[in-house]
Amino acid sequence: MNALIPLPVIVPLLGAALCVIVAPWRWAQRIISLSALISNVVVAIILFVRVDDDGMRVTQGGGWAVPLGITLAVDRLSAVMLVVSSLMLLPVLVYAIGQKAEESRFAAFNPVYLVLAAGVSASFITGDLFNLFVAFEMMLVASYVLLTLGGRPGQVRAGMSYVVISLVASTFFVTALALIYAATGTVNMAQLSERMPELPLGVSTGFSLLLILVFGIKAGLFPLFFWLPDSYPTAPGAITAVFAGLLTKVGVYAIIRTQTLMFPPDARQGTFLLVLAGLTMVVGVLGALAQDDLRRMLSFHIVSHIGYMIFGLALFTLAGVAGAVFYVVHHIVVKTGLFLVAGLIERRAGSDRLSRVGGLVRSAPLIAVLFAIPALAIAGIPPFSGFVGKFALVTAGVESEDWWIVGVSLAVSLLTVYVMVRIWSNVFWGEPEDPAVAAFIESDQSRVPRLMTGAATAVVILIVGLMVFAGPLYNYAERTAADLLAPQQYIDTVLGGDGT
Amino acid sequence: MSLLLAFCAAFLFATGTWMLLQRRLSRILIGVGLVGHGSNVLLLVSGGGGGISPIIDTADPSEFTDPLPQALVLTSIVITFGVTAFLLALGYRSWRITHDDVVEDDVEDRFIARRRDADQAIAEEELAERDQAAEEDRA
Repeated sequence: MNALIPLPVIVPLLGAALCVIVAPWRWAQRIISLSALISNVVVAIILFVRVDDDGMRVTQGGGWAVPLGITLAVDRLSAVMLVVSSLMLLPVLVYAIGQKAEESRFAAFNPVYLVLAAGVSASFITGDLFNLFVAFEMMLVASYVLLTLGGRPGQVRAGMSYVVISLVASTFFVTALALIYAATGTVNMAQLSERMPELPLGVSTGFSLLLILVFGIKAGLFPLFFWLPDSYPTAPGAITAVFAGLLTKVGVYAIIRTQTLMFPPDARQGTFLLVLAGLTMVVGVLGALAQDDLRRMLSFHIVSHIGYMIFGLALFTLAGVAGAVFYVVHHIVVKTGLFLVAGLIERRAGSDRLSRVGGLVRSAPLIAVLFAIPALAIAGIPPFSGFVGKFALVTAGVESEDWWIVGVSLAVSLLTVYVMVRIWSNVFWGEPEDPAVAAFIESDQSRVPRLMTGAATAVVILIVGLMVFAGPLYNYAERTAADLLAPQQYIDTVLGGDGT
Repeated sequence: MSLLLAFCAAFLFATGTWMLLQRRLSRILIGVGLVGHGSNVLLLVSGGGGGISPIIDTADPSEFTDPLPQALVLTSIVITFGVTAFLLALGYRSWRITHDDVVEDDVEDRFIARRRDADQAIAEEELAERDQAAEEDRA
């Protein structure tokens, strides 16, 4: 059972190596990467079920005793993140294969995509702050390559700022690690959790803020989000979906993990994070309103919703953290779905500019349905999962009597509805505003490959699944939140756990 | 020794930050390198003072230098090196495309700003027309 824990990292990495060896044969690469990702889904689901039943699992890398070895730990939060991320990585790869674009043109695509998968899984299962840095780098370096694959001028320009920003964030991370190690003499998160309260409050508060800065850049928190809407839309279609769904949420995961596990309650930055969350929500949604390019609009919209997750965390109550966990899960699935459908729209209409496209509800009714479901879900219309998530967060805010943030989040969700309505009325209703687009829709070029539609449909079905199973999922999120707010169990299992 | 290294890290951070804030890509690259070195030196210092090589059974463990930060810094150096090489390749590509290494503005941002200007121009035009109509009515 414990031997399963490192598999979500090892299998994709081995797969990546094999993909490099069989580089001349694309079909072999596809078989390898698809089977590696399927194995990840299976392992993640087994871990998810077992961890929920029997409590968290720990293994020590290399068999070294606890503070020396590399701790890999799967608790409820890691398990659910593993399941959702592996469930997203698989359809996105299928979509990329169906697209017959970057995946077919570059032999590097499959191996790099698998490294990205390994990096994402490694961030979720590591119990060691330095290893979290290494996992982040693995994921980021893969994302640099995927973002600039093809080397078009727009990609190079956006890729440049993305790489520099991420590199600066990584430097801050190394700096934070150095200072934390100098102060506590360990980088194991469970040990840090024991030693942090012994430090003077000013020092631990400083560390807490420094880590928020590092992960805030990766998560796209206000005022550190500016790189996100610029770089994400330039990536190849399928890749934007996985960036939008997963990468920012890995940052959010790291904030949740470090804030709840490592820092004593008085060094946590509740009020500060709450203010940041409010600003993130408002600025993100206003930015989305101003855009004309569909994928940029959705990218700004990611920023806005990062605010909701941080809002839930910042309350540091059971209901708040549960709401945040639920919202993260919901948002990964729904946002990936929206970006995949945005890719379908671009394929069908030859453009994703709101001012040029129109009338797709008649020419492509299936795409309209596929868009409507995630759009309703993200806008928080009952009975979709977005409603459950927002309802949980607002209830938590009311319980904590932080009225202003409740007001802000409700106003922002109204604006979210407006953003989605704006996309809907521009893209699906009316007539194409641009004759070139109208001609393209009529032509043979606008046929969408079945694999792309199939992959997008699979994700949309998962969104419907989230709606149906919202109750059990919310209960799970509540159990997760209870674990997170009482980290003693995590510490005991990691430090006292058998190292075999 | 440690104090010297700490000052060294501070100096690298300061110069690196200055370079990062420049508009030319070549300088930003140097800045990234300097800041990266600064953080690596800091990581090295975090292990405390020097000591003898930490090989078991050669000496009393209390005289050993802390090996962990050295292992960490090695990992970090390798990562910084790899990413800097990637950035250099990207910078070269950018130079091939634009023949200039000034970091460009986001095109879409400018497009949206233009839309705002256009909206304003239209609004002003409408306002002027309304004023004119009102004047004509009075006349």
